Amino acid sequence: MRDKIKKSARKTVVSFLNVLPIIFGMLLLTSLVVALFPEQLETGLFGKNNVIDAWIGATLGGIAAGHPLVSYVLGGELLHSGVSLYAVTALIVSWVTVGVAQLPAEVLMLGKRFAIYRNLLCYLSAIAIALLTVFTLHLIG
Amino acid sequence: MRDKQKTGRSIGKGSWLFLVLVLFFYGLVALLDVGLVIKAMNSFTRLLDKVLPVLLIVFILIFVVNLLLEPALVKKYLGHRSGLTGWLAALIGGVLSTGPVYPWYVLLKDLREKGMKTSLAAVFLYSRAVKLPLLPMLIHYFGITYTLVLLGYLILFSIFSGIAMEQIEYRQESLD
Repeated sequence: MRDKIKKSARKTVVSFLNVLPIIFGMLLLTSLVVALFPEQLETGLFGKNNVIDAWIGATLGGIAAGHPLVSYVLGGELLHSGVSLYAVTALIVSWVTVGVAQLPAEVLMLGKRFAIYRNLLCYLSAIAIALLTVFTLHLIG
Repeated sequence: MRDKQKTGRSIGKGSWLFLVLVLFFYGLVALLDVGLVIKAMNSFTRLLDKVLPVLLIVFILIFVVNLLLEPALVKKYLGHRSGLTGWLAALIGGVLSTGPVYPWYVLLKDLREKGMKTSLAAVFLYSRAVKLPLLPMLIHYFGITYTLVLLGYLILFSIFSGIAMEQIEYRQESLD
């Protein structure tokens, strides 16, 4: 049991040390972007159409790389900066379900057809989940 | 559901390099507009105050999950099983699985060679989107209602993805 605790603690510390600089970096970048483009974030790239917002979010999340924790921090800060919940939800869902960077590994391990269809399905479902989640939240009130 | 993390368990240089590059970028911006950097740093400090306590909780939870769950346990319940038990095992296994996705690809490859259904592999990978140890951070930023609604849809869509992948496989086999 002691060995198991040691192993688990080591794994957690390594994970922490890998993620911490990325979180710090993302928070620094987010702070700078918000300071640079406060109005553009609210009225520029996002906010024209819910489906397009979700599509942009899903695309960014699908090609982004990093620990899922980073997507929550980034998504949360983007939301506070005025980016729509549709875009943010699609971003955090596709961040953890779609993986362009992992595609070669998935193809090699699980097969080309499986990997491509699965990622495509995940990409589309990220948009659907974003729309449904916000719709449900409106229903709940 | 794939976490885009490193494959190994060693501390990666990439993440630290990323931080160094961001700091370098800050340096460049400071040369052009110091006021902007001060404004951004103030915002960063406020964000850090909010995020750090939640991060601590998250890593305690990650430690607990690492301690309790091993790939061998998932393999035991996913092996040759199908039916409702297999679906449930794939769903729960995916939710509880932690760490980089690559070792799980290896496990799924092994299981598929032993007869695991395509649908179960898809469900397992999709349900990894539900990150139990990270829930405090999600709740912190988006609230409990949003978190519950999102988790509900993630679970629902992980099942849909399994059904869809099974259908795609079935149609493809019919064509071949």
